[in-house]
Amino acid sequence: MTEPAVRLDGSVPAVRFDDASLAYGDRVVWANLSLAVEPGSFVAILGPNGSGKTSLLRAILGVTAVTSGRIQVLGGPPHRGNPGIGYIPQAQAFDRDLPLRGRDLVGLGLDGHRWGIARPSRERRARVDAAIAAAGASAYADAPIGRLSGGEQQRLRVAQALVGDPRLLLCDEPLAHLDLRYQQEVTELIAAWQQSTGRTVLFVTHDVNPILSIVDRVLFVVNGRWAAGTPDEVLTSARLTDLYGSHVDVLRVHDRLLVVGDELSSGFELEEPHHLPEVHDEPGGGAAAGMTP
Amino acid sequence: MIDQVVRLLGYDFAQNALAAGVVIAIVSGVVSRFVVARNMSFGVHALAELGFTGAAGAVLLGVSPVGGLLTGTVLSALLIGGLGVRLRERDTVVGVVMAFGLGLGVLFLTLYPRYATQAFSILFGTITGVNSGDVVVLVVIGALTLVGLAVIYRPLTFATVDPEVAAARGVPVRALGVAFLLIMAAAVAEAVQVVGVLLILTLLITPGATAERLTASPGRAIAISVGVALLCVVGGILLSLGANLPVSVFVTTLSFAAYLVARLIVGPLVLGTDRAGRGPEPVPGG
Repeated sequence: MTEPAVRLDGSVPAVRFDDASLAYGDRVVWANLSLAVEPGSFVAILGPNGSGKTSLLRAILGVTAVTSGRIQVLGGPPHRGNPGIGYIPQAQAFDRDLPLRGRDLVGLGLDGHRWGIARPSRERRARVDAAIAAAGASAYADAPIGRLSGGEQQRLRVAQALVGDPRLLLCDEPLAHLDLRYQQEVTELIAAWQQSTGRTVLFVTHDVNPILSIVDRVLFVVNGRWAAGTPDEVLTSARLTDLYGSHVDVLRVHDRLLVVGDELSSGFELEEPHHLPEVHDEPGGGAAAGMTP
Repeated sequence: MIDQVVRLLGYDFAQNALAAGVVIAIVSGVVSRFVVARNMSFGVHALAELGFTGAAGAVLLGVSPVGGLLTGTVLSALLIGGLGVRLRERDTVVGVVMAFGLGLGVLFLTLYPRYATQAFSILFGTITGVNSGDVVVLVVIGALTLVGLAVIYRPLTFATVDPEVAAARGVPVRALGVAFLLIMAAAVAEAVQVVGVLLILTLLITPGATAERLTASPGRAIAISVGVALLCVVGGILLSLGANLPVSVFVTTLSFAAYLVARLIVGPLVLGTDRAGRGPEPVPGG
């Protein structure tokens, strides 16, 4: 993942962090982040709650500016409303009486940022229908969205994010609050899109297990520090112990990864460890070493 | 009673009232949809009461109460918008601004020696008192409001129902919040003409709330909301002419009836009765 800005074959990383740091006052969210995301890769962004996973996506979206360093998104600086980016936010239930159908939500993903009133056209309708069908949501696309289940709403969210044919898909905990079956369905939906289009996915999650089989790269963020590489490289006892600064065991049980540590709860739902050394300047090292400027 | 209505409709005051009422109803119906979706009942109420302060101040200064009303609502919209449009902050700021503004209104009323009639008409509406000059003013304000809403309609809808994704797509969510407060300020100034400050919610909440009981389509919801507002205002004016009672009495009754019918009878037939917020069972295999 450490490549020059433009490779010999002329391809540009989907996202590139150049020694980027984000801090709110004295609180360093992440520091000296340098990595290049290959176009067409599926990257999981992992870490305990509050470790700055969401702010990473917000920086890519151009909603939050980094404190220092540089970010390149699809070959340019990040800016709000980048049409190349699709975004699936943390699931928030819609009010059940909201007069809005799934089809309207998807339509807003297509042209909701434009001024004026949407003029119905055959082409617009066809695009919306196609995105809904691809997400397997046709059966309930005309029902009030607030009365659908969380999983159904999330399928429509996927359609909303993909209707604009993005080159980069950002997902912020899209599986949170979903039961196992829906987690699997939504994961399969995103993976199928990624594999058929060869586009890039950045997937923020606190539990890597539902997506473990499709992840190419992992970015693990803990308390301002980070590590990146393949899942096998990063999700090891040694690397995570180094990252957390306290002893951590990574166990593989029935194809699921469990991260267990002195200060951690069991399973992958990591909590902020309590006594960490104050280290902000040292990247995870190894497979994710810094880039040459 | 019908004879009396037909006879009174020959007079200018009744025609002016109907003309103004139609414009006001259309504006109220459209704006009401967004007020309900954005959960801004309290904001509407505050703007109306601060409009009252503006109107009372105008009466004291001997200038047009409608101008004072509009000044009051617009200034308060800017103040509320400037101090905080974040959801958690909003109600608090609205409350703080409203309390101070109403205090000023009391002062203005006390300073004006013959306040009773003026105060009553601002508080409860004076639609049968509008002259043809007022109608022109109300039509112009109403038209500007509708044009403004049409321009921001799509991004405002996006920012209202899905603020996070809207912001990510580059929609100026915060600026649209302030723009909508200004549109609300104009709509409040219009609706106050019919039902007055105290009953403002009957035109800026009830039509939108009725519509969302009847349809899941945003476009249809606005059409229904406008229809309900027209029914209430035009029906209210006609009934008031026949019964010699204030318009407000009938507007509030009609809008409450429309809401009850939609909520208890028609709505459950159209959208189903499920109360737990559970959707239909998902289709196996997607």
